Amino acid sequence: MAKRSFLIPGVDKRLLIKDSIKTMPDVTRRRFIAGGASLGALTLLTGCDVIDSSSAEEMLKQVSKFNDAVQAFIFNPDALAPTFPESAITKPFPFNAYYDLDDAPDVDGKDWKLEVGGLVDNKKSWTLDELYKLPQVTQITRHICVEGWSAIGSWTGTPLRDFLKLIGADTRAKYVWFQCADKDGYNSPLDMRSALHPQTQMTFKYAGEILPRAYGFPMKIRVPTKLGFKNPKYVVSMEVTNDYKGGYWEDQGYNSFSGS
Amino acid sequence: MASLTVTDEQVGATKAKVIQPAWVRIMHWVNALAMILMILSGWQIYNASPLFGFTFPREYTLGGWLGGGLLWHFAAMWLLMINGLAYLVTGFATGRFRKKLFPITPSGVLHDVRAALTFKLGHDDLTVYNYVQRLLYAGIIVVGVLIVLTGLGMWKPVQLYYLVALFGDYPTARYIHFFCMAAICAFLVIHVLLALLVPKSLRAMIIGR
Repeated sequence: MAKRSFLIPGVDKRLLIKDSIKTMPDVTRRRFIAGGASLGALTLLTGCDVIDSSSAEEMLKQVSKFNDAVQAFIFNPDALAPTFPESAITKPFPFNAYYDLDDAPDVDGKDWKLEVGGLVDNKKSWTLDELYKLPQVTQITRHICVEGWSAIGSWTGTPLRDFLKLIGADTRAKYVWFQCADKDGYNSPLDMRSALHPQTQMTFKYAGEILPRAYGFPMKIRVPTKLGFKNPKYVVSMEVTNDYKGGYWEDQGYNSFSGS
Repeated sequence: MASLTVTDEQVGATKAKVIQPAWVRIMHWVNALAMILMILSGWQIYNASPLFGFTFPREYTLGGWLGGGLLWHFAAMWLLMINGLAYLVTGFATGRFRKKLFPITPSGVLHDVRAALTFKLGHDDLTVYNYVQRLLYAGIIVVGVLIVLTGLGMWKPVQLYYLVALFGDYPTARYIHFFCMAAICAFLVIHVLLALLVPKSLRAMIIGR
């Protein structure tokens, strides 16, 4: 009898709950409804948007760091990414970014200069014409996206390790850090051993033509031993550094080494 | 002396009652957890670039988004691989695989499938697997090895290029990885259903007898 006094006379309990659920944000509502189910509890653990379950996230972060170390350990600098004949090239090669092609950087090749900084002897900037004069090689390799799809393409450019030697980079440094012209400022760190890999390339051409806007004009870093997001496009600067400066996707949770 | 003989028999009888040894039970449940984490995070990863014309409902994925799914997948893989490797080594070393899963004869399988479909397959002695169980358990171990190998190949297609080459190429490894997942899910449904139909088998996997 005493319990009854808590209820508002004339109000249906179930309708009241229904109405209050409606005022919750959509995601909370769904989780509230799924509440109790172990799966619901698991999705809470990941808490990317609503609830921060710091212990689970911290654990995953630590394992990801451990995975960085494991990948660096098994990385063999002499292991080459498989190369393919021209007939294997994927046509059309997909454009992929976190924005539409219309929003892709529209870089003016005449004004563009590659800034070089950090632990290097010669910090002079490079114009596109100067870079085009460096010896170039072509390689047909498979681009593998973090999403799972892959495509085979033909990239032409200067091996990054030759360029690093040319500018007198301290190759004992830990990273080469790239900044790009993408909106929101794309950037990505590349560990030095991958930067010195024979197939890692400063790319100026796709399929024998000047790199089109969709694929990163004027310069892309092609790293066939890394997932696609570690192959920055529209590069504007590179810095040789011992500091881990993070990256656009790396900071959001993609594994930083992401080597293949 | 007579009483001594009886005691021996009793001891023997008590020992024989242990259907699932502790290592099997521990590894079974660790594997169950690892598999569920791998499947749910795997569905999240699949949804980022579906192989077929469907995606998995968001409610049945782990990680919230692709990045979260990948973190879970590459964390749970250690649990799955280390536990799976320990299971394979112990299974061969103790002779459990040889004793429990073999031989698998086509006639035995046919006989037991027929018996199962007509609900005449007995489960009186849980220490002996029937031919349907032997086939499914041995088969799922092979699928488990395949899904780990294709997974490793996709994780390290350059360093472990020979693994990818074994399956053809990268996209093929991806399809095989998917179909192995589908086989494991199908196994899971049958396995759980049958465990619920024969509750003493579930009890044996929890308390051993």
